Amino acid sequence: MTTTSDFPLFEIFIRSNRGLDHKHVGSLHAKDYEQALEYARDCYTRRSEGVSIWVVKSSDIVASQEEDAVSFYDPMDDKPYRHASYYKLPEAVNNM
Amino acid sequence: MADYRMNEAELEKVFQDRIDDEQKIEPKDWMPDTYRKNLIRQMSQHAHSEVIGMQPEGNWITRAPSLRRKMILLAKVQDEAGHGLYIYSAAETLGISREEMVQALHDGKAKYASIFNYPSLTWADVGAIGWLVDGAAIVNQITLQRTSYGPYARAMVRVCKEESFHQRQGYESLLVLASGSKEQQQMAQDALNRWWWPSLMMFGPHDAESAHSAQSMKWKIKRKSNDELRQAFVDQTVPQAQYLGLTIPDPKLKWNEERGHYDFGEIDWDEFYRVINGNGLCNRQRIVHHRRAHDNGAWVREAVEAYDEKQKARKQQAA
Ligand SMILES: [Fe+2]
Ligand SMILES: [Fe+2]
Repeated sequence: MTTTSDFPLFEIFIRSNRGLDHKHVGSLHAKDYEQALEYARDCYTRRSEGVSIWVVKSSDIVASQEEDAVSFYDPMDDKPYRHASYYKLPEAVNNM
Repeated sequence: MADYRMNEAELEKVFQDRIDDEQKIEPKDWMPDTYRKNLIRQMSQHAHSEVIGMQPEGNWITRAPSLRRKMILLAKVQDEAGHGLYIYSAAETLGISREEMVQALHDGKAKYASIFNYPSLTWADVGAIGWLVDGAAIVNQITLQRTSYGPYARAMVRVCKEESFHQRQGYESLLVLASGSKEQQQMAQDALNRWWWPSLMMFGPHDAESAHSAQSMKWKIKRKSNDELRQAFVDQTVPQAQYLGLTIPDPKLKWNEERGHYDFGEIDWDEFYRVINGNGLCNRQRIVHHRRAHDNGAWVREAVEAYDEKQKARKQQAA
């Protein structure tokens, strides 16, 4: 018997308002992109949560792992000079 | 879809109403062809400026006076490459490819900020660029956070977060020179003398002469006029120069109590157009260098292809 979990999983992103980024809201199973879009509408936007939906196959998402963070982001830790606050300017000109 | 039967005039009305209502235009929305073209022109020009702008500063990376300054400058120039990437990618949502944009730059059809056609002659220039050129860019980019095209506006939010460090590092380094020896002070003054007027030119022609301004304002691609932005830059920069003990090279510069702004002299527009039209000190060099860097990088792109092929073949074998 076919169950919906045999359907691929999709990640759903919703833009709550024009001008804002699409934000991840959750996932769902669907047969194809069109169906995923309709299910997402029914499932995630019942209270006008959004003006635009993106659906992406979960298997298409490549993610870094948090456990790898130490080595993955390591080169950033010793570069405080990338931050504006690193530069101490006299009060009179500190508003730049 | 509801829009399906609308004619061009109706579509245009929906579009303009949306803009008047301070809503953003997003990539899949209907938009007038001229809006798209206008945006592509402005955004590609902006992205090219970020990328070409790396050259005058990159010129000093290997000769920075200390390891600290070298790391800071490297990080700053790296940011500018990132800014180019954000804006190119946002422009690509309008249906133009990166290759087309770069080609237009190489063919001289697309412009970039003319200030990057001036040479960076001394170490003080690096400080002056951060303080003045990034300072002027910030004044412009802050207003562009509210531009009507969504992807461009969001790219600007990201860029603005990163710009403050650029201006502060430049000013900090000038502060060191300005409080140093007589020669160092002179070096700082000389840099200000050479970069001041080109910085004012960054805001473009006077509003009355600006070819694209009126339409861009109506479409809210631009949010403030060239002259308004230039005035804001002058007003914020004069006290900063005074604090450094440097003199802005403009005898007409004077606080106007009535206007609540600084008055300042006229830009040399002949020079402006000469440089914009390809005859500044470094125009040729900038494009030649960009081409060369692009060509020299061909082997990297080929290596990426080859690696990809190899990986695919390996996966096929394993399967
Ligand atoms: Fe930048
Ligand atoms: Fe910058």
